[in-house]
Amino acid sequence: VCIHRVRSCSSIRFIKSKYVCVFDKSALKFSHQQRLFRTSAVSCGQIVQFKLSDIGEGITEVTVKEWYIKEGDSVSQFDSICEVQSDKASVTITSRYDGVIRKLHYSIDDIAFVGKPLVDIEIDASKGVAPEEDVVETPPMSHEEHTHQEIKGHKTLATPAVRRLAMENNIKLSEVVGTGKDNRILKEDILNYLAKQTGAILPPSPKAEIVPPLRKTETVPAAPKDKARKIPVPISRPIAFSGKDKTESVTGFQKAMVKTMSAALKIPHFGYCDEIDLTQLVQLREELKPLAELRGVKLSFMPFFIKAASLGLLQYPILNASLDENCQNVTYKASHNIGVAMDTEQGLIVPNVKNVQVCSVFDIAVELNRLQSLGSAGQLGTSDLTGGTFTLSNIGTIGGTYAKPVILPPEVAIGALGKIQILPRFNGKGEVFKAQIMNVSWSADHRIIDGATMARFSNLWKSYLENPASMLLDLK
Amino acid sequence: MVLQSLKSCLWLSCILRTPKACFWSTASGGLIIQSVSNDIYENLAVEDWIHDHMDLEKQQVLFLWRNSPSVVIGRHQNPWQECNLRLLRQKNIKLARRRSGGGTVYHDLGNINLTFFTTRKKYERTENLKLVVKALKALRPQLDVHVTDRYDILLDRQYKISGTAAKLGRTSAYHHCTLLCNADKLVLSSVLKSPYKGLKSNATPSVPASVKNLFEEDPSLTSEMLLDAIAKEYATQHQIDHHVNLINPADEALLPGISNKTKELQTWEWVYGKTPKFSVSTCLNMAYNGSVLDVKVNMDVKHGKIEVCNIDLPEQWLPPGLYSELVKSLTGSKFCPNEITTLVTTLLRVCPQDDELHSRWSLLCENMIMLM
Repeated sequence: VCIHRVRSCSSIRFIKSKYVCVFDKSALKFSHQQRLFRTSAVSCGQIVQFKLSDIGEGITEVTVKEWYIKEGDSVSQFDSICEVQSDKASVTITSRYDGVIRKLHYSIDDIAFVGKPLVDIEIDASKGVAPEEDVVETPPMSHEEHTHQEIKGHKTLATPAVRRLAMENNIKLSEVVGTGKDNRILKEDILNYLAKQTGAILPPSPKAEIVPPLRKTETVPAAPKDKARKIPVPISRPIAFSGKDKTESVTGFQKAMVKTMSAALKIPHFGYCDEIDLTQLVQLREELKPLAELRGVKLSFMPFFIKAASLGLLQYPILNASLDENCQNVTYKASHNIGVAMDTEQGLIVPNVKNVQVCSVFDIAVELNRLQSLGSAGQLGTSDLTGGTFTLSNIGTIGGTYAKPVILPPEVAIGALGKIQILPRFNGKGEVFKAQIMNVSWSADHRIIDGATMARFSNLWKSYLENPASMLLDLK
Repeated sequence: MVLQSLKSCLWLSCILRTPKACFWSTASGGLIIQSVSNDIYENLAVEDWIHDHMDLEKQQVLFLWRNSPSVVIGRHQNPWQECNLRLLRQKNIKLARRRSGGGTVYHDLGNINLTFFTTRKKYERTENLKLVVKALKALRPQLDVHVTDRYDILLDRQYKISGTAAKLGRTSAYHHCTLLCNADKLVLSSVLKSPYKGLKSNATPSVPASVKNLFEEDPSLTSEMLLDAIAKEYATQHQIDHHVNLINPADEALLPGISNKTKELQTWEWVYGKTPKFSVSTCLNMAYNGSVLDVKVNMDVKHGKIEVCNIDLPEQWLPPGLYSELVKSLTGSKFCPNEITTLVTTLLRVCPQDDELHSRWSLLCENMIMLM
């Protein structure tokens, strides 16, 4: 370690004395030794203190509000380091160097001073340090000379290290696609460009020649040999996939889903599916839609489905019940609080319409409108989301025909409605006609509900919807 | 209209030629643009775009914009501390966090916003505000307006009619300020009053001030007149022609990448998640069964999420298993009423079906949600 450091020190002679060089003997403290030992596997870099530059308006101190990096992070020139605030001005401080952050001199909410060190950055020794003033911003023109390379009137952004790499490999920066911020060309872009040319990742070497395939050759006999040597052999390009796995913790809505579904798993589900001919209902809704709109309400199919379900539950109350934890008691719920699964930006929520048994179809439509607008605004209250006794999920609005819905505890049944499709069906006379068909998939708790009960309920619900006039007979 | 679209074409071709946009203009020195949108997020995105992509060396920019009712908090502020979030939600008033520092403001169409874009070196707030005062005095010489050392503009030495904030980057900077022409003062004062108690944080606090509309001083003034006067003064000072270029912040072709900027400004992670760490230490007074329960609550919120949560309930008021489930669910969740409502109502599904228990649970949860 000792010898390595001495070598690096001697090669860096142009460093101004202003910069703190860790390699003087007085800095041979235990902590520094440890730090250097860790990095000795890579080239031993020089630690530079990056000082807080002038903010303007005579400001001498600022408050550090947010760090964008932490100790140990790699930074490139122009990367954001931190956000500081002074008197209503928020300032983004960017790095002047490529390197690794070794020390943050301030914590959040500390006061930082202009001209004093902000962070310590370890710079790769072989790259050297650009001799820049570290307090006042350099005039824009010379700044651009350092960082831009004008080629054919295009300004290409690249750090000095990247430009050197391109030069060593005879690469024109204008031919490289930059993937960094502001289309900046990064070291990876140069390496990818090289790889594409020769089919391999090459170390930077002045000997590698990138020659366009249409180059003229000088002597004819040498031509085939020349071509064979100079035209790059098309090897299958290594497809560079830089995607990384992303791990996030399960919180909020997802956590809620995890809880519900884990509990639902304990319920032995059985399924029952059927198809409903909604031709008459479609017609009825077309007639009633303008009436509802006059009253300021959007009328979908759901209010009909919900009311029909409630009428069915009157005949088969076990479907509107709840089984206690020990499966000792069944509670038949008096209210039909029918839940409607809603898909929001954050996830699945199931608000319910209370007391459907005493609501008209129009009442249900009004309530659905209210729940839908609150749901999309993310403003549903606890009472809207609790107390449900039976649920319908209109997955058909998104798509699908048959589904296998999961019962939401403490309920014992749920129905999933597929999309309405126009399909050919036979009528009583044996003629083919256009029918509006929707599929329904029920799931029920097999501990207290048997197949026959579910089937009969479904048939009753189906009959109300296939012949809406029959609902009139049983409306309370 | 034709002239406008021709300009847009030239504009566009200019951008396509060089990576850093160079807006076309008859004379260099300055450019005046005005947004056709009243959406706070779209307009803030335009500021970001100009800050990131425009070369301000040869040409400074004045951006004029107005917004539909919105509350805008500074980069390092705490929205719970600054405004009445419940009222905002009820009234459908948008909440935005800008990238510049400073305090919280209320915008509506009776308020105009001015942004002065310059290079970092030419950043000079006092000069900009003096320009505004000069424009106002040229329009109405009898107006008593002046710039304070806090970069406010006061009317009659008393009432604040303009507040300032700024953002500095590596090579460019912007200074923006508001100007109250005919804003709804009732809504302004009600939304900028926070009902949340027990908040402790190092977020930048706003300094409340008495405000007044210029319209109250002189009913003949309109927002359009003010915008025009300021544009005229800017044009004079920058020796450019007095032409205001209209831009549409939704035009991705003109401003490539702007829709991503707009989207980012609307994310929960930016608006709420960027709130500096804070703690909530308060007492819930819950009326239950004829008596009032005092329940101490302590929460630490970081990045807008509940890091630590303590609720001091009377023993056995809730079954211990359920209490720990509640605390476990709250920890790591967003400090957001919508998220917490969903969580607690879901938890109720897997509780024993007991009416008494349910009503206690609902009471506690509703009180907790009121804190957000």
